[in-house]
Amino acid sequence: MDKLNVVGKREVMLDAWEKATGQARFTDDLSFPGMLFGKILRSPYAHAKILQVDLTQALNVPGVKDAITGRDIPKKMYGIVPMAKDEYALAIEKVRYIGDEVAAVVATSVEAAEEAILKIRVDYEELPAVFDPFEAMRPGAPILHSNVPNNVSASIRKEFGNVARAFSESDVVYEDTFETQPVNHSPLEPQAALAIVDLSGKVTLWSSTQIPFFLRRNLATTLDIPESKVRVIKPKVGGGFGQKIDLYAKDFCAAFFAMRTGKPVKFVYEREEVFTSTRQRHPMHIQLKTGMKKDGTLLAQQFKVVADGGAYNSTAPLMITLACYFIMLPYRLENLLFEGYHVYTNKPVGGAMRGHGIPQVRFAVETQLDMIAEKMGIDPLELRLKNAFLAGEPHPGKLLVQSCGFSDTLVKAAEGIEWKEKRGKLPFGRGVGLAGASFPSGVSNMSHISSGAIVKIERDGAVTLLTGAADIGQGAETVISQIVAEELGVTLEDIRITAADTEITPLDPGTFGSGVTLRAGNAAKMAALAAKEKLFEAVAEKMEVHSKDLEAKNRRIYMKDQPEKGMSLIEAIKIYQYSDRPMPIIGRGSYLPPAKEPTTLLKEDGNFSPAYSFMTQAAEVEVDTQTGKIKVLKMVASHDCGRAINPMLVEGQLEGSVVGGMGQALYEDVITDKGEVVNPSFLDYGIPTAMEVPSIVSIEVETNDPEGPFGAKESGEGTQLAPAPAIVNAIYDAIGVRFKTLPVTPEKVLEALWKK
Amino acid sequence: MKHILKLHVNGEDFEIFTEMNKTLLEVLREDLGFTGTKRGCDLGACGACTVLIDGKPYLSCLTLAIAVQGKKIVTIEGLAREGKLHPLQKAFIEKGAIQCGFCTPGMILTAKAFLDEHPYPSEEETKRAISGNICRCTGYVKIVEAILSVNENQ
Ligand code: FES
Ligand code: FES
Repeated sequence: MDKLNVVGKREVMLDAWEKATGQARFTDDLSFPGMLFGKILRSPYAHAKILQVDLTQALNVPGVKDAITGRDIPKKMYGIVPMAKDEYALAIEKVRYIGDEVAAVVATSVEAAEEAILKIRVDYEELPAVFDPFEAMRPGAPILHSNVPNNVSASIRKEFGNVARAFSESDVVYEDTFETQPVNHSPLEPQAALAIVDLSGKVTLWSSTQIPFFLRRNLATTLDIPESKVRVIKPKVGGGFGQKIDLYAKDFCAAFFAMRTGKPVKFVYEREEVFTSTRQRHPMHIQLKTGMKKDGTLLAQQFKVVADGGAYNSTAPLMITLACYFIMLPYRLENLLFEGYHVYTNKPVGGAMRGHGIPQVRFAVETQLDMIAEKMGIDPLELRLKNAFLAGEPHPGKLLVQSCGFSDTLVKAAEGIEWKEKRGKLPFGRGVGLAGASFPSGVSNMSHISSGAIVKIERDGAVTLLTGAADIGQGAETVISQIVAEELGVTLEDIRITAADTEITPLDPGTFGSGVTLRAGNAAKMAALAAKEKLFEAVAEKMEVHSKDLEAKNRRIYMKDQPEKGMSLIEAIKIYQYSDRPMPIIGRGSYLPPAKEPTTLLKEDGNFSPAYSFMTQAAEVEVDTQTGKIKVLKMVASHDCGRAINPMLVEGQLEGSVVGGMGQALYEDVITDKGEVVNPSFLDYGIPTAMEVPSIVSIEVETNDPEGPFGAKESGEGTQLAPAPAIVNAIYDAIGVRFKTLPVTPEKVLEALWKK
Repeated sequence: MKHILKLHVNGEDFEIFTEMNKTLLEVLREDLGFTGTKRGCDLGACGACTVLIDGKPYLSCLTLAIAVQGKKIVTIEGLAREGKLHPLQKAFIEKGAIQCGFCTPGMILTAKAFLDEHPYPSEEETKRAISGNICRCTGYVKIVEAILSVNENQ
């Protein structure tokens, strides 16, 4: 590929200076005169009928302006996956978990709203509750949603090859059970929403969201007004990691109260509410059976996965599908049977979290691979390399993998952790381990998963870019601007970007499934190209050459093979104007990921994503055999992200993701007792601090994907798939103890060492 | 009960007519509009609300505003001088130590107080100094790098 000027550079994030000086505005930083503040009353019961709610005393609190219960709102369900809608913005007839929304108030101060919440009287009739997904599936168990009599609200059964035969032809068959814990995303900014309503009845909502356009749809549905009456604006968002993919009561309530009172209304969640009443990574119970040939060839895998979904669906069908699809990579697997169940329980709700259903099964697969390698006397690295999927191979599940650097990531991660020198050779208490994974770059073949972009070239050569993409701190706006600058041959400083405002910017599904760079990036690239072509046409006419022979770089337009023949961008714009072509110069792009082999996800085989990224994590750990504490000394993250549009931001994604994965491996756990979260605070939950952070080496493996803009694929989400198994495998190398449940706490280590 | 509260913030004196039981975080954000000071937990467990009081880092969510009358308070808005970024701000920007930016104000102010006392810290000391500031995005690697880089080339 030609030399690139902006893409591939360690450009500083466009809005970093705003964030460093305190000028960046997050939702809670915005305010309007006369603004009201809201609070939500939450259920103290895991499962109960709401018999009666009395708001009288709450309404008498000085400063309180309005109060509502579930009976006051339109009876409209919502859900992020249309076929799995099962939630009202406020509970209507019953509550299904501790923290479920029952009523809400707005007042002239937060204190008055808090006082009023305490004065709401609710009569509940407690119902039997169920906290374990296996119990929930048994006949006679309490039923959470009357239309789902067995509490299994989403399931998938997928089979290809001939699993029974493959097992019978296997030389060895292993079967193990693994368990993972609930993990809270814990974005540092708590969820917030602010709404105003104008005289025409149009609602404008500022929200800490990853999905402005889906939020607009869900908000319009729940408010029972047309989508055109809702405008969603995403200000700065303080991290999301998947938790800000849903509509929440705060969004609905801010808008609904604004409509009722005519005043600006703000709702901000407390940290405790973020823990109890938003979303979390699904805990999973995974039974895994694997068949292999003596030489280490993977023949068949059979999964039975039970995900504890908590009280509502959120992304349930998608989550369980992803869990299935991403065990089909990164290894060559000809025979697969996957059964997965999403089960309701009276507990906090599961949702999309960095990796979305995949880190859990990855933990099982990668841990078991090491166990098998040991029993068969094969080096775990060799075993993985032997079965590694290669680019262009026909995929048994009909995935279309056009670029694949998996083997490379394995080799480089192994080198980085000094696999040969260290594995099995370190003193007792120290060890190394590794694990691999694959992740999609967005989803193919769903037209609501399209992205649009508009690029305008202004008279002075500045470029205005409109994109719907939602930057939540990962740097999407910077990356997309780099793509546009490269395509137009200008510098990053020339780009002014407006993003994620449903009234101004083109449609974009939002930040999830790691599709932003590929999807919104491609749309922006198309828009830039379209604008450039208009300019080229005028220039070519003037220079009496073919526009296909022109090139734009360094703010110049010139002949590809005679770079001295050309002109500055400003001159080109003048020529465009003097040739009586219409201003402004606008290019548009709409991008829908292609589906060469369309899939309906749940039913048929087919391609799932426009591109697949691949990664390996390697860990070195030290176990203190006196205290049971595990210290991760080093992590190597090697990642095939196609091409890094901005290597500094990619590294940042990998580093943050690795540390999150380490949290899942060793510390983090949303602990519940009869449905009540007992550790809903940063003090008790266990997010890694700087003290726990190991040295991290990130290695980018570039494969240049044909579908990605300038070859780019996913980065940063897939990296959270494999740290946990890499660490757990390293712990085994260190002390010879195998952990199959997460997190690996000091107590578990001591107990295991004691038993040994 | 409302009272007059006198605070000295970012080099200026303010008189605020407000409730006496308010935390410094509330007064800064709601009465004075210094929204650069962030509320991540309101319980003293995340460090996002860190401000400098007479040069030392304090969690403004645990500090009563009336208790810091007469002291010099610096928020992130007051760190840049005459339009010139503080070297820490520059380092955070250039090293990629900022992702979502929600932890950034507290992180930078904690680091500022730390570097004022320990101009040439080790990596371990730096990590310990910021261990009360949670960052969920960056994995801290580039934050530590940025802090260490500030006095490196002097
Ligand atoms: S808001 Fe003060 S420590 Fe979290
Ligand atoms: S940059 Fe997001 S929490 Fe630190």
